[in-house]
Amino acid sequence: MDLFEYQGKQYFARFGIAVSPGDIADTVDEAVAVAERVGYPVVVKAQVKVGGRGKAGGVKLAANVDEVRLHAGNILGLDIKGHVVRRLWIERSSDIAKEYYASFTLDRLNKVHLGMLSAQGGVEIEVVAEENPGAIAFLSIDPVRGLDLETARRWVNEAELDEVAREQAAELLLCLYDCYTKGDCDLAEINPLILTPDHKVHALDAKVTLDENASFRHPEWEEFRADEFEDPREKMAKERGLNYIGLDGTVGIIANGAGLAMSTLDVVNQVGGTAANFLDIGGGANADVMAAALEVINSDPKVKAIFVNIFGGITRVDEVAQGVLEALGRVSISSPIVLRLDGTNAIEGRAILAPHLSDSLITEPTMLEAARRAVTLANA
Amino acid sequence: MSIFVDENTKVIVQGLTGGQGRFHGLRNRDYGTKVVGGVTPGKGGTDVDGIPVFNTVKEAVAATGATASFVSVPPKFAAAAILEAAEGGITFIVCITEGIPAQDEAVIYNRLVEDFPGVRLLGPNCPGIISPGKCNIGITSGDIALAGGPVGIVSRSGTLTYQALYELSQQGIGQTTCVGIGGDPVPGTNFIDCLAAFEADPETKAVMMIGEIGGSEEERAAEWIKANMTKPVVSYIAGVTAPPGRKMGHAGAIISGSKGTAQAKMDALAKAGVHVCLNPTEAGQKMGEIVKAL
Repeated sequence: MDLFEYQGKQYFARFGIAVSPGDIADTVDEAVAVAERVGYPVVVKAQVKVGGRGKAGGVKLAANVDEVRLHAGNILGLDIKGHVVRRLWIERSSDIAKEYYASFTLDRLNKVHLGMLSAQGGVEIEVVAEENPGAIAFLSIDPVRGLDLETARRWVNEAELDEVAREQAAELLLCLYDCYTKGDCDLAEINPLILTPDHKVHALDAKVTLDENASFRHPEWEEFRADEFEDPREKMAKERGLNYIGLDGTVGIIANGAGLAMSTLDVVNQVGGTAANFLDIGGGANADVMAAALEVINSDPKVKAIFVNIFGGITRVDEVAQGVLEALGRVSISSPIVLRLDGTNAIEGRAILAPHLSDSLITEPTMLEAARRAVTLANA
Repeated sequence: MSIFVDENTKVIVQGLTGGQGRFHGLRNRDYGTKVVGGVTPGKGGTDVDGIPVFNTVKEAVAATGATASFVSVPPKFAAAAILEAAEGGITFIVCITEGIPAQDEAVIYNRLVEDFPGVRLLGPNCPGIISPGKCNIGITSGDIALAGGPVGIVSRSGTLTYQALYELSQQGIGQTTCVGIGGDPVPGTNFIDCLAAFEADPETKAVMMIGEIGGSEEERAAEWIKANMTKPVVSYIAGVTAPPGRKMGHAGAIISGSKGTAQAKMDALAKAGVHVCLNPTEAGQKMGEIVKAL
């Protein structure tokens, strides 16, 4: 789960990382109220889960109430790379002497934690890595041993942060590492991490991705979920316990297994179609799950055909076929459905469906043929 | 020959008394696997369909001589169960549990490397391992596998593994061993571990490798193949059309920035001389051609 900046800052604060005083605002009046409370000048920041907000006009400095009204009014409703701004973060503006970069993430190849620290912050770290890789100090951290202050001190020296910032930065990095590990983040990134003219180090932005697998030990994440989905289809799917990702195409996809679902998207694309979604119903391809899946896909107005791609292993295809029929008895579907049923008990499964086949319920023997049929129907 | 397991491998099931553990543990036994015990704290002395249950792995190992463990416990207990297996003397641990936090996986992986260098972990979040006719640990349906070789399979995806098994079996092509390494970000066993074992196994004549987006294990495997592999490799990579920044079902199947794309993996594998196919069916057919020409 990606957090909005304001959520990331709230999360940082729990782990003792210094952030600017501020609050959220969903209207111009709320923005003014926050600004009056934290004191001018303030920064008005669009809350969207996409980079490049500044360039898109989503981050503005406001010196007084009129400027807050002007900028908040302009930014609310602004479309930034397809993300419409519905919420602002208003915080006390900071004077900046230096901008640094700090992050922790998993080094998947070496299976250790990777810290990245740079005295050149405020720009995208990928750009720094490309243009001036020597400016990033990488630190591999054994997850068993963790990070200690001694190592963090060596690290800030190596990254050549300004002398006055080093001790504070080292301590902040320990807090950030705690946030990343104990806080179960996939990514905890501060860019920029700033040094103020009066020699204070603090986080001016927050990019946090939480590991959903750790939800069971973080009841406090619940507050982040209200605003988790910008796509109504994804919200609907989540409520039904489905593993769904919304896309832009016209062929609705249902498959069992993440790999097969991904593969189904690819095959639809190879035969000239576009997928409307990723949806893995896992091993539980029963009537309830199938009905829920069909409902979510049916709610998508772009969908013109549905491709159900099932490979039976432990899951038996005859049970899946039964589930499909039951589901169709419960929900009314507006697009034709093409099924590919293969694997354990596929023959029995196809036989169950045989009497019910029509122009809107079709079976094909292979994944490729089924994809072609679904795409033809979607493009017709 | 098979890799990692064979007909003599003695297996205990951690979580045998749970729903999943019981279902798959008994299926594995019915397949012919030597499932010699189960472990559930507090249920020692009972049995599951004749399989004795122990309180700890240590007791189970002492009583049965098991060397492998099938871990089928909920995510919040999985890391502790894996560690208990290693401490109890198990040398091959198969963990099918899906949903283990990445932080736990990172710690457990490194604990094993540092303190138990002789222990191999397969998974987590994997379908397990099957050597047809000999041993099946995990959730793969034994019916779709065919004994006798000559193909070895290694895969990050469950269903695509089943599909690969099925397509080969349909053509009358057997498998030496099929290893599901799992879709999580910190797999205990990686592609290279399996490729090296298949390369060393005289009965394996060709290898099917199924990857997906996320990480760069496929790229590293490509380098290894180029330098070391003499046997033909057929590969399929899922997720060509996956959008960046989204976890595609598996926790590890995510394109981060520009890293981990299917195209980069396919390019690297093709450069290493691997037969890269665009869908699972094509991969099955290609392997059919290769096996016929052996």
